[in-house]
Amino acid sequence: MSKLLTVSPSPHIYGKETTPNLMHGVIIALIPATLASILYFGWGSVIVISVSVTSSVLFEFLIQKFLLQKKNTIQDGSAVITGLLLSLCLPSNFPAHLIILGSLFAIGVGKLSFGGLGNNPFNPALVGRVFLFISFPAKMASWPDAQGFQTQYIDATTGPTPLSIIKEGLGKGDSISHLMDNIPTYRQLFFGNMSGSIGEVAAVALILGLAYMLLRKIITWHIPVSIILTVVIFTGILWLINPEQNADPLFHILSGGILLGAIFMATDYVTSPMTEKGMILYGISIGILTVVIRLFGSYPEGVQFAILIMNGFVPLINYYIKPKRFGEEVKNG
Amino acid sequence: MSKMLKTFRKGGIHPAEYKLTEKSPVEILPLPEKVTILLSQHMGVPAIPVVSKGDTVKAGQLIAHGRGFVSANIHSSVSGKVVRIDSIPDLTGYKKPAIVIEVEGDEWEENIIQSTDLRKDITLSKDEILEKIRESGIVGLGGAAFPSHVKLILPKGKNAEALIINGVECEPYLTSDHRLMLEYGEEMMVGISILMRVLNVRKAMIGIENNKADAVYHLKDIASTFTGIEVFPLEVKYPQGGEKQLIKALTGREVPSRKLPIDVGVIVHNVSTAYAVYEAVQKNKPLINRIVTVSGKSLKKPSNFVVRIGTPIRFLIEAAGGFPENTGKVISGGLMMGKALNSLDVPVIKGMSGILVLPENETKRKQVEPCIRCSKCVSVCPMGLEPYLLMPLAQTGDFYRLEKEMVLDCIECGSCSYICPANRPLLDFIRLGKTEVNKIIRERN
Amino acid sequence: MSSILITILSLSSMGIVAAIILYLVAQKFKVPEDPVIHDIEDALPAANCGGCGYPGCRNFAEACVHTDSLDDLYCPVGGQETMDIVANLLGKEAKQTDPRVAVIRCSGSFENRPRTNHYDGASSCAVASALYIGDTDCPVGCLGMDDCVVVCEFEAIYMNRKTGLPVVIDENCTACGACVEACPRDIIELRKQNKKDRHIFVSCINTEKGGIAKKYCSVACIGCTKCFKVCEFEAITMGNNLAFIDSDMCVLCRRCVTECPTDAILEINFPPRRTKTDKEKTTLLDALMKRDE
Repeated sequence: MSKLLTVSPSPHIYGKETTPNLMHGVIIALIPATLASILYFGWGSVIVISVSVTSSVLFEFLIQKFLLQKKNTIQDGSAVITGLLLSLCLPSNFPAHLIILGSLFAIGVGKLSFGGLGNNPFNPALVGRVFLFISFPAKMASWPDAQGFQTQYIDATTGPTPLSIIKEGLGKGDSISHLMDNIPTYRQLFFGNMSGSIGEVAAVALILGLAYMLLRKIITWHIPVSIILTVVIFTGILWLINPEQNADPLFHILSGGILLGAIFMATDYVTSPMTEKGMILYGISIGILTVVIRLFGSYPEGVQFAILIMNGFVPLINYYIKPKRFGEEVKNG
Repeated sequence: MSKMLKTFRKGGIHPAEYKLTEKSPVEILPLPEKVTILLSQHMGVPAIPVVSKGDTVKAGQLIAHGRGFVSANIHSSVSGKVVRIDSIPDLTGYKKPAIVIEVEGDEWEENIIQSTDLRKDITLSKDEILEKIRESGIVGLGGAAFPSHVKLILPKGKNAEALIINGVECEPYLTSDHRLMLEYGEEMMVGISILMRVLNVRKAMIGIENNKADAVYHLKDIASTFTGIEVFPLEVKYPQGGEKQLIKALTGREVPSRKLPIDVGVIVHNVSTAYAVYEAVQKNKPLINRIVTVSGKSLKKPSNFVVRIGTPIRFLIEAAGGFPENTGKVISGGLMMGKALNSLDVPVIKGMSGILVLPENETKRKQVEPCIRCSKCVSVCPMGLEPYLLMPLAQTGDFYRLEKEMVLDCIECGSCSYICPANRPLLDFIRLGKTEVNKIIRERN
Repeated sequence: MSSILITILSLSSMGIVAAIILYLVAQKFKVPEDPVIHDIEDALPAANCGGCGYPGCRNFAEACVHTDSLDDLYCPVGGQETMDIVANLLGKEAKQTDPRVAVIRCSGSFENRPRTNHYDGASSCAVASALYIGDTDCPVGCLGMDDCVVVCEFEAIYMNRKTGLPVVIDENCTACGACVEACPRDIIELRKQNKKDRHIFVSCINTEKGGIAKKYCSVACIGCTKCFKVCEFEAITMGNNLAFIDSDMCVLCRRCVTECPTDAILEINFPPRRTKTDKEKTTLLDALMKRDE
């Protein structure tokens, strides 16, 4: 025997899934939404996405190399996801230099300042988006109309999102049935033909991504389903009470960032709870907070804040909500 | 099979099966020149030698006496001369007392019945059987090697309702139990009947994973001629061979934390143990040999061997076609829970169900990366624990919190380390934490 | 103008109310405490290393106040100096204790102790030691996986990657004992600190018979008793095939070092000797000397 035997503790076989594998899976799941955004917003979308992804990866590389002097981890794909997610919740006419600023904030403050992948308490893409949203509210409130490659990058014709039509309309005392004439049809909402951030418009593309991630077992159903169901139930009750003052649940689900948030943002591994029970509690809370902000807050959209707020509660959820231990069930055989 | 198969509910994984030897009939391995019989092959106190250097012994002769209640007798597996009683490296490499016997001929103790005829009639009383099992040094042959007679004496006030026979063999590669069920099915059934008599139960359930359909049908056939024995095919899922998981799968009952199967009214024994009980009670043969699977993709001739206890592992690998050049790791037991060996000179022990020879490229662990909190370890843990949390607690030495997070419930099945996408050595540290917490609890009492 | 006035008034009144509440609560829940405890805590090094046997410096300070004699209490980090201050504050007598320093009692470098297998598990001595004998045949030798380095709060120990053995930096070592605790093989010993950080010790703890020990480690103590016979100061004791030099008795004469046939006895921080035997000293020793220059 020439070579030395290897000794290690059991197990001696490992599953095939690796961190980069899972991250690449998420990127694949984002492809339909990315394609849809390009389809609806044309070159603007291409510019926003490519600037955001490149600058995110570049910042991750530069900060790790020169500032932290740690091992480089860009090949795990998490920086690409952050960049992609950040771009998907921006308008297609968003100026490139602000995107670069946003991705610097997302990667630098949102992720690496906490110690990199696995240690960040808040979803870095959302941190970047909220940073831009608060710092440049005007830029983040002009939403180009979806006109495919007709849509200009900077000088696009803009219009209000369906959610802001409802919000402003109700504020002026209009009734829902009246306002509904001004917003796109459900069919358009489903396929994404409306104003909004480039990634949130096409519900069908996002649902395709969800199906892929569930099939590949990248995520479990608990978080997205509990968020969506909560929104449906909450808005459904209000709608049944007063359909003239409250939009119906289907409208709430299809408009704004709920699907993008529920499927891709809230399910971020690092910032979501570890147990199934915890995930459901987290999902329900996000759902409730979203609807509360949408209906009673001053912003038309609330998913981003809801997710960030619940991100903050994740350690607490993990501490108190434990999986059901084996042996807790009393005998029934 | 249209009916939903039984299984346990919580967690579990599906590693590749690699059952290379499931069709290879059991072969009797020739005797080696020398056997090394370790005196601590079981859980509990090591046995004390009753022979001395230079003595001549026969196969089946008692050579070391079990000391205390939780201990087991040890018998010579060959005939020959005792050449050494010394400390010899065991499976961990640490030196442990052992008896080395040089093989001369193959002479057995007179009272052992060597014929292979089936002896179905159980003539002995309950106490006589129990004494026989204790005398014969039988231990749990599934791997844990817990002395079997201890498990058969029920604590006061506890009653067993059913006997569960573990034929799950959920570990990849291993087929020793599978072959035993196929080739020694009837003998095993008699063994089960004997166990039922000792435990005074009317019902025995044999759980077999459905990837061994031939064994399921074969045993179902035989079971019809025995009273009270039923065979259950189970869905294939690791770690169904775990005692608590098997009980859950078959009866729906959960053994509470830090309790024993008897607390939910069942006793679990392995199929090989049942066979050993048959041989001990019906043929007066102590536990001196067992079936060992020698397997691995690079081996020329993966096989199932009947091996005398104490045979060096090198001898088994030679018989399976020689030691492959590219070998990186040799494992005693299964891929998931087995022990990697640091030398080929260690001997076969009672609890060894397989020897796996793995090529170098399959054995390397990958670079450890930071935890991304994907919660996969939580979802596969069959005990409902949180490996991602237990590992850093064990690393930083927060043993009080570890105990509160029920680290002692861990059955060390390795599902968490298997599934971790960041290649974290979760079980390595959880095991360490368990040891430390056990130490603290012992000090407290 | 009035709005500013109202704001100032309301905010200051709220502040005053809060202050009163805080004061009352503080009075109500005040824990009477010996002020000396605070003084002692100030005198302690505030390392909270646990070397004294208490969880932190404050606990140690409390223990000092509540005990009758300081004989059982010793702060290894602060040393005699600190204990004298503490004793002064309390008007008690501090026991005279020699400062100590950690030494690694294993010389089984890669060169001296060939590896017999390759360990591929979690990088932790505790894990490896619980699993099996380690990547050599020595059941007590250093596993070289940083458990002692990680646990040291004073950066007083590092791993020499060339030899696979840890090295203690004497100036930083406070003898807190954390590494002694952490080592699963118990090869680290706290020994008396000598002049110029000089040490002489048997760098092996293997108790197996000489021939066996020598087979897997060329610098193992084989229990030949040569050093025992040559020592005039009764500093060396023999037991279990192993020599042990009592650091309190040793006068650093170095006669045992030249006598040892396997170079198991190390001399550290001595000026080089120009004798024949000295040239043959192990390369490990040179390495150890070098880092102190």
